[in-house]
Amino acid sequence: MSMLAGLLEAYVARFKVALGVQFQYRASLIIWLTWTIMESVIYLVVWTTVARSSGGRVGGFDTQDFAAYFLVTMVVNHLTFTWIMHEFEYRIRQGQLSPLLLKPLHPIHGDIAENVTYKGLTAIVLAPSLVPLVLAFRPALHPEPWAVVAFLPALLLAFLLRFLSGWTLALAGFWTTRVFAINEMYFVAMLFLSGQMVPLSLLPAPIQSLAAALPFRWMVSFPVELLLGRVSPEEALAGFAAQAFWLSVSVALAMVIWRAGLKRYSAVGA
Amino acid sequence: MMAYARLLGVFLRLGMMNELEYRVNFYVQMLRSVIGLGTGLAGLGVVFSHTDTLGGWRPAELLALLGVFFLVSGAINLIIAPSMQRFMEDVRQGTLDFTLTKPEDAQVLVSVRQVQIWKLVDIALGTIVLVIALSRLETSVGPGQALAFGVTMLAGGAIVYSFYLILATTSFWFVRVENILVIFQSMYQAGRWPVGIYPWWLRSALTFVVPVTFATTVPAEALAGRLTWQSLVTAVALAGVMLVGSRWFWGVGVRRYAGASA
Repeated sequence: MSMLAGLLEAYVARFKVALGVQFQYRASLIIWLTWTIMESVIYLVVWTTVARSSGGRVGGFDTQDFAAYFLVTMVVNHLTFTWIMHEFEYRIRQGQLSPLLLKPLHPIHGDIAENVTYKGLTAIVLAPSLVPLVLAFRPALHPEPWAVVAFLPALLLAFLLRFLSGWTLALAGFWTTRVFAINEMYFVAMLFLSGQMVPLSLLPAPIQSLAAALPFRWMVSFPVELLLGRVSPEEALAGFAAQAFWLSVSVALAMVIWRAGLKRYSAVGA
Repeated sequence: MMAYARLLGVFLRLGMMNELEYRVNFYVQMLRSVIGLGTGLAGLGVVFSHTDTLGGWRPAELLALLGVFFLVSGAINLIIAPSMQRFMEDVRQGTLDFTLTKPEDAQVLVSVRQVQIWKLVDIALGTIVLVIALSRLETSVGPGQALAFGVTMLAGGAIVYSFYLILATTSFWFVRVENILVIFQSMYQAGRWPVGIYPWWLRSALTFVVPVTFATTVPAEALAGRLTWQSLVTAVALAGVMLVGSRWFWGVGVRRYAGASA
């Protein structure tokens, strides 16, 4: 119990530090906001245009459904994303990992706390900008009560899964200084296979099967589809199972690779 | 004009010599460009698996637009953006003095001084896409359209350049303006698609606040033979006004800088 209390205390301390750091970079908040909104609005407009030129509907989506899909995706994508891959490479290259290793707490806790603080802070900026977007694009969002309830754990699992797999991927930095290629591939896979660019049901059949076999779908698309009412209760349960499965795979991989990477790091001799 | 060309040649050579020491960067850029292009093409593929036209544009025409998009962003990232970033850095550090004392037009110097040579990859890929798109257009491109394309590309380039110069010049007053340039880059992504599909407020912003429309959509319209006289005249007129206006604004800024440091 005292260990949990200690962990909580460490998190609160990390929150405060991260908050202080973020307040120094207010301009980057605005930049981030423009990127986030522009990306979603571009796809939203493209697909509503496609729906309009095909008689108002494409693959079970009308223009208002597309609006709802991409606005919810924007929020879910924001709440689940992580940039740790870019930071980790820098950390290893600059030797900044060494002081972190001396601390009694596993560095991942600091990373989670920083991520969550950033999300909280950016949510304050993102929420008001949703109002004009909703007024402009009139999304149709009428979720069933059970779907709203199920959305929250799905979102939490999606965040943990995406964060842990991103963190594990970042560990590649122990072995190579050129992680950018891996990061770019990961980014493209996320773009297509997590439903950020287009609802997965509109992709060609082979790519849909690919998406079903890979973890990306469970990081963004699943909570979005859940809230949009496009998932039946049975499918939702199967989705939770898939999220739990991939999450345990990520945890196992993260632990194994972290240990192997640390040996490698000390072998390089920081 | 000749001064621009000659200095650009010098700095391109310099950039080449610098970068040849870091050849791995070429592969980095190659991978980035190919991924960027592949993503764009795949996006077009998915869209056209569900429809025949997007906002009145047929597949080959949108392919041409993608080519123009790559070409223009390649040109921006090859010379304009790095030079302007270096210029803003110089203002902040006070090292602009070294440029101002050189016996060349200072505006010309800061505009072409920094070159990211590997962005030529984007220009090359954009050209290839453009050529393939041209061979697929239903109506072949006549000399009139080719001329209109050349004119609108030049006008678009001049507009984007002046836009960058005006923003960068404000660094004489405000120290941190490079953030605005990053915001421009995020808005520029919208130029992958014809601006006609966006709602009026976004279309106006992309036309009059940040110059995306004239840099990408208008030249692609010229190739597709759907350019109106009004667009052509507006593009040329705006280019002229912005070139003169940015030159004037630059002069105001430089005088202020000299006054502050001397």
